[in-house]
Amino acid sequence: MFIGTGRCASDGVCAGPIVELKETIQTPIFDRVFDESKELSLFDSALQRADKELEELYEKTLNNLGQESADIIDMQRMMLQDPDISQAMIDKIKQGVFAKDAIIEVGKQQAAEFAALDDPYMQARSADIKDITLRLYRLASGQDKVVLIKPCVLVSNDLIPSQTLDLDKSMILGILLRQGTMNSHASILARTMDIPLLINANVPNEDLNDRICVIDAHNNKFYLDADDSTIAKVVTSSSYLQEKEHLASFKGKESITKHGRKIKVCANIGSPDDVEGALLNDAEGIGLFRSEFLFLGKTTYPSADEQFAAYASVVRAMNGKEVIIRTLDIGADKKVDYFELPQEQNPALGFRALRICLKREDLFKTQIKAIYRAAAFGNVLMMFPMVTSLWEVQKAKKICKECEKELLEANIDFKVPKIGIMIETPAAAICSDKLAKEVDFFSVGTNDLTQYTLAIDRQNENLDDFYDEHHEAILELLALIAKNAHKNGIWAGICGQLAADLSLTDTFIQMGYDELSVPANTVLKLREKIINSKAIYKDENQ
Amino acid sequence: MVEISYVITDPRGIHARPAGQLVKLLSKYKCSVQMGTKENKVDAKRLIAVMKLALAQGNELFLVFDGEDEKAASEAALEFLKSNL
Repeated sequence: MFIGTGRCASDGVCAGPIVELKETIQTPIFDRVFDESKELSLFDSALQRADKELEELYEKTLNNLGQESADIIDMQRMMLQDPDISQAMIDKIKQGVFAKDAIIEVGKQQAAEFAALDDPYMQARSADIKDITLRLYRLASGQDKVVLIKPCVLVSNDLIPSQTLDLDKSMILGILLRQGTMNSHASILARTMDIPLLINANVPNEDLNDRICVIDAHNNKFYLDADDSTIAKVVTSSSYLQEKEHLASFKGKESITKHGRKIKVCANIGSPDDVEGALLNDAEGIGLFRSEFLFLGKTTYPSADEQFAAYASVVRAMNGKEVIIRTLDIGADKKVDYFELPQEQNPALGFRALRICLKREDLFKTQIKAIYRAAAFGNVLMMFPMVTSLWEVQKAKKICKECEKELLEANIDFKVPKIGIMIETPAAAICSDKLAKEVDFFSVGTNDLTQYTLAIDRQNENLDDFYDEHHEAILELLALIAKNAHKNGIWAGICGQLAADLSLTDTFIQMGYDELSVPANTVLKLREKIINSKAIYKDENQ
Repeated sequence: MVEISYVITDPRGIHARPAGQLVKLLSKYKCSVQMGTKENKVDAKRLIAVMKLALAQGNELFLVFDGEDEKAASEAALEFLKSNL
């Protein structure tokens, strides 16, 4: 048995016989007589058939995997027709090169040009060029497609997207690639299809077909010629599979404690791309949608429409489930050049988040209006970060009112969202009774609350021994916040790191927290914890 | 002649899907379209050339339209860019 290693590009575990996909490109053959018109017509029919195959594949992909995957195929169809490919190949043939060789030469050259680009995403597109080139080559040389007839572990140097899509995915147990990248279509598709995939795997170059292979992508390992005991050990008793299956059983369930208290379990997201993970893990809503992705890594402010589009895409995808959008939280460790913020001695205690918004109303209003417009598409809530005083909330709300008026006057569709605040400073926690009277909900940001309460810089490694998230001061503040929220008839949630700390779930339930928002991959674990919790909440206000 | 510019906001830059969609959209118009940076422009109706521009987030993209339906083409392009890139 050979134990190999690789990089996990799609998590999972599997075992089965290998089917190897060999690269079909062979060395050019020079012993034929060259006939230009014959080669040109051979190429022409290969081009037409390739287009037809891609058309069929597009339909198939659209039905099975959706628009996004189908668009890859559509893009390949366009590439195939692009003069840089098809005309370049025809030109080569006219120079006296056999059709098959012309296809390979142009394909290799274009693939190399893409691979040489600066941008990793575009580099990965050289796989698309290889893909259409191989398809053309196969058709020009009269080869058939690979058809899988039994469930198997696929092994190849690299997988090009149409190969991944052409193959009957119900027959693929797992994939081992000698090359491959995390961002390739194959990796993305493997993740979408939930097929374990190891890339950069050190698979030996020998005859592999029908040899039994176990892939343990979770541990970045594979076993070639695996014996029964290894299969049993890795697959049957795989903690990954067991846990995954176990957690999947919590999908669609309500998060209700043994004593009947319902806790809403939501996901935190940082961009519209993260929604998929939230939905996949059955989050009951988005408890924190950070809006900074719209501002970071840019050279200028995002437009109103751009912000609206991003918010609306998330709201639509969540389909009526709650989406809490946090207004801009720039400053401190998140710097953006075009904001032209002054250098500060203490950025964490400086000009950041709501403080910037209240001083730069234009910026704030653009965001608020974009959120209000997106709110018309679903269930949107909005919250302000870094509140310390009552007047800040009152002023922010006044600005919201102005936005409302301006949208009305401009006759633009919108809905007024529920407005909440993040409680992440000791000041806000201590004043939470007063603050609760101004807003519809609280969401506790435990990361900043801990940093400010304990006077510890999160990024200072020397202070790790002092940074105690379970510090009694934090827990007392958390209890106070929930109590004051309920006293004033509003709900309270936690969206900081601490929400995902399962050792505190019972404590949060006892404190009366109504919502916990965590990274998507923790949603089901937290739900399990809540369903099994015997913690009791006693409302002292009653 | 109509010229427009747009700063790319998608973190992945002009990646494959929108590049394909944009080329498809522009191909519907009769006018010629050149696209790229201020210095380096390519035929915007040719997908591979457009993809090789490898424009990233934050880059300013310029499009030059020339021909009878240049106005309509530039408006459609701008709308596409705003909602996709």
